[in-house]
Amino acid sequence: MNPLAAVLALSTALTLPAVALARPVTLAATLNNYGGDGAYLALYVTDPQGAYVGSLWMAGTKSKYYEHLSGWYRATGGDTRQVDGITGASVGAGRTLEITLDLADALFDAGYTLHVDAAVEEMRDSPNEVALPLNSAGASASGTRYITSVSYR
Amino acid sequence: MIRAFHRWPGLVAALLLVVLALSGAALSLYPAVERLSAPQAGAGLSVADLAGRIAASHPGLEQIRRAPSGLVTAYWFDGGTPQAAVIDPATGLDAAPADPDPVRRWLTNLHRSLFLGDAGRIVTAVGAGAMLVLALSGAVLVARRTGGWRRWFAPLRGPVAGRLHVEIARIAVLGLVLSSATALWMTASTFDLLPDGASTPPFPAEVSGRTGADLAAAGALQIPVATFRSLSLADPGDPADAHTLKTAQGTGYLDQGTGALLAWADLAGWSRVSETIFMLHTGQGAAVLGLVLGLMALGVPVMAGTGLVLWLASRRARPRIRGNAPPRNAGTVLLVGSEGGSTWGFASTLHAALTDAGQNVHVAPMSGFDPARYPRAARFIILAATYGEGCAPASARGFLDRLARMDRAPCAPLAVLGFGDRSFPAFCAYAEAVSTAAEAKGWPQLLATGSIDRQSPQDFARWGRTLGAALGMALDLVHQPVTPASEPLTLVSRRDYGAEVQAPTAILRFARPPVTLWQRLTGQGFARYRAGDLLGILPEGSPVPRLYSLASGSSDGFIEIVVRKQPGGLCSGQLVELQRGGTVQAFLRRNPGFRAGRGRTPLILIGAGTGIGPLAGFIRANARRRPVHLFFGMRHPDSDFLYREDLAEWQASRRLSRLVTARSRGERPHYVQDALRHEAAEVARLIGEGARVMVCGGRGMAAGVSTALAEILAPAGLTPALLKAEGRYVEDIY
Repeated sequence: MNPLAAVLALSTALTLPAVALARPVTLAATLNNYGGDGAYLALYVTDPQGAYVGSLWMAGTKSKYYEHLSGWYRATGGDTRQVDGITGASVGAGRTLEITLDLADALFDAGYTLHVDAAVEEMRDSPNEVALPLNSAGASASGTRYITSVSYR
Repeated sequence: MIRAFHRWPGLVAALLLVVLALSGAALSLYPAVERLSAPQAGAGLSVADLAGRIAASHPGLEQIRRAPSGLVTAYWFDGGTPQAAVIDPATGLDAAPADPDPVRRWLTNLHRSLFLGDAGRIVTAVGAGAMLVLALSGAVLVARRTGGWRRWFAPLRGPVAGRLHVEIARIAVLGLVLSSATALWMTASTFDLLPDGASTPPFPAEVSGRTGADLAAAGALQIPVATFRSLSLADPGDPADAHTLKTAQGTGYLDQGTGALLAWADLAGWSRVSETIFMLHTGQGAAVLGLVLGLMALGVPVMAGTGLVLWLASRRARPRIRGNAPPRNAGTVLLVGSEGGSTWGFASTLHAALTDAGQNVHVAPMSGFDPARYPRAARFIILAATYGEGCAPASARGFLDRLARMDRAPCAPLAVLGFGDRSFPAFCAYAEAVSTAAEAKGWPQLLATGSIDRQSPQDFARWGRTLGAALGMALDLVHQPVTPASEPLTLVSRRDYGAEVQAPTAILRFARPPVTLWQRLTGQGFARYRAGDLLGILPEGSPVPRLYSLASGSSDGFIEIVVRKQPGGLCSGQLVELQRGGTVQAFLRRNPGFRAGRGRTPLILIGAGTGIGPLAGFIRANARRRPVHLFFGMRHPDSDFLYREDLAEWQASRRLSRLVTARSRGERPHYVQDALRHEAAEVARLIGEGARVMVCGGRGMAAGVSTALAEILAPAGLTPALLKAEGRYVEDIY
C-alpha cells in the first residue's frame, strides 16, 4: 500500500474543486472467518445523487474477477484505469485491511458515501456490503457477509 | 537430442509434476460426484419457473447460480443473516447445505499455486510447460522405439521399468498434453494476458421505476435451464437497480418491475474459448472427460519413478569417463559402439592415455553422431563391437544411416577399430561395414581398420602403438579388461549324456539367485530372462566370458544350460566337471534376436546336439499350445538323446506337436537336414502357413539346414534369405 500513489491516483480520479485541501484518513476493514480464499474488496465513493465519484482502493490484482464486485463494476463499467496504482493484495479471512490516504476536504460532510463491495471465489458476491457516509468525525459500520467492520478516522 | 529434451525437464520437474498430477487426479473426482449428487432440473424447465419457485420460498433472495454439473445454489438474507443452500429445481426448496468444501479448496490451491500465490502460479505453469515438453518429446521417443507412429501400440520388450514407462505413456500422453496445454492457457488468462475478460452491456440508464415483478412471469427468463449460469436480483429498495442475468450466451440486465430485457451483451469469442478450456481442464461440465484425465494423470507418478530408474540404470551401464572433454573443445573424438559394455572399457583406457599425452578427448556413443558438435575435431576414432551377424551394437544404432544422410564426410581423418571374436564368421563385420561406408563417403583415413580378438590387451596395445606412430606420440595402452558384474550360481542338478559316443554332455540346472527390487525394476541381474538369452560364464583362469544359450526362462524359476565338453575347452571342462552344490560366476546377456515371439503361427525348431537347449526352453514355455515341430539331430538315441523324457511328456501335454529325430551314428548316418528333406512337403506347408524357423547348433549343421531349406522352399519361390529378411528364419550358431 502506497499512500502517496493513492493520493495521486485519487486526485486524478476525483474531479473535485479544492483538491489541494486534503486531510489524511486511515481506513480499516476487518473480515470475519468466512472460510474461503482471500476476498476481493472494492472501496469507492458516490455523490449525494448516488453517482460514482472515484475509487479509493482495490484489494485483489486479477482484473478478470472484478466483475464479481458488481456494484463497483456497474459503476465503472469495469474500467481498470479507475484503480491504477491503488491496487493491492486480496484480504484473507479474519485479516484487516488498513490504508492511509489523503482525501479532499470537500468530500466530507457533503453527502458523499463510502461503499465496500466484496467477493470471494466459489462463494456469494456481496456488492455494497458496507455503505457509510463520509463525515469529518469519522464513522464505522459492520457488514453482512464477509466484513466484520469498516471504519475510518 | 530429443532424449535430452525428455530427460532434463523430467528430472528437474519430477517432484512438482507428481504433486500436480496427484492433486489434479483427486480434483477430477469432484465434478463427477457433483454431477451424480446434484438434484437435476427436469427437461423443459425454464429459468423463469426455477427463479419463481426459489423466490417464492426464499424471501430476501439475492442470487441464484447454476454450476455446469446442474447444481443450483441460492443465496438469500434471512433477517439480516446471509444464508445459502443447494436447491432442488423440481420444488425450489432447500436440498442440502451449500458450504464450500475445505478439502476441495485446499486441493485447488495446492494444484494451482502450491499455496504460494502468484509465485506459485508461475511455478505450476512452468511445471505444465515441462509436462508439455515431456509429453511431446516422449511421443517422439515412443514412435522411435516402436518403429514409427503407425506402430504406436506395438508390443514392447526389455526391463520392467522401461516397458512400464512406455506402456503408460502411450496411453496417457493425450490426456497429459490436453491437461498441460489447457493449464498454460488458464494461467495466461488468470494473469490477464488474454483478451478474454467479461463483456457486460452498459448499465441501462432508463428503467421502469417499478419493482416487484413476478420472476416466473418475466419474459426474458423464458429460456431453458441448461444454458443458465446466474441471476443476481436487484435491490428492491432501489427502483433504479436491475436484475443481472448470465447465461452460456452472454450477460444482460432485466427490469425488476416488468421482467423485460433492458440490455444484453453476447459472450466474446475469446471468452467462449476460455470457458471451453476451463471445462476441458477441470471437467466441470464434462465430468467423464475429467475422470479420464484424472486417471491419465495418475500415470505421472509411475512415469516419474520409472523414468528416474531408467536414467540411473543408463548411467550405471556406461562406465564413467573421468575428465571427458566437452565436445566443442575436443581435438580427438572417440565414438563407441558397444553392446555389453566392454568396448566402453577400452574407450576409457584410450581416453586416459590420449589425455595424458596432452590431447583434448571427447568420448560419446556412435548412435548420436553429429560432426557439427565437434568444431575443433582433428581426428575421429571409432571403437566398434559387432552384434550378431554384423549388426550394429546397442550404442551404435542408427550410425550408418546418419553417415549415409550426410552431404559429405568430416575433413578430420578417421581410424576404425573393431572388436570381436575370430571364431565367428562375422568377426568385426560391423566395424568393416563402418569402414567401407566411411571410405565410400570420402572420409579420409588416419589408420587402416584394426581389430581386437576376444578383448585381447595385446592386440589393443599393438594397435595403440600404430595409432601413436600416426599421431607422432608414444602411446602405451595398458588395458585391464572390465569383467561384467557377475553372480555366483549354484548347481542344483545335472543330467549326463554322451559318454558312450565320446561327447560328454550335461544338462546343468542352477538355482536362480535372489533378485533385488532394484534389479527387478531395472531388469538387471537375473530379474527377467527367457529361453534363448545368453548366460555368460567366467571360467576360473580367464577374464573372458563364454556364452551359453539358456534353456529356461525366469518363469521356470531355474537357470538351465546344455554344455558339451570341448576338447581342451577351459570353460566347458570346468562346467562338465561341476558337481551339485558347486558354483560358477555368471551373468545374463539378452539375446532379443532369438526369441519364439508371441504369435500363434507354427514354430519349426531345428537343432542338433547341445543346440536343443534353447529349443527345449521354448517348448517348456509353450503354455498356449502353439503348434511346435522339433527336428533334433543326435549321435545315438541310447547315448545323447537330450531331454528324451521331457520331450515325451511335452508331446503328451501338446506343448510339442511333432518330434522328428535324426541319428548320425550307426549303419545309416542321418543328419537333421536329411530329416528335413524327408519331411519336405510338411515343412513347405508349414512355412506356407507362416511358420517361423528357429535354428540352434553348430556352424556346419546350420549351413546344412540352410541348404536343405533352400531346396525345400524353391518350388514355392521362397528362399531362406527372404525368410530371414522377414524375421521368420533366425539362427543361434556357435
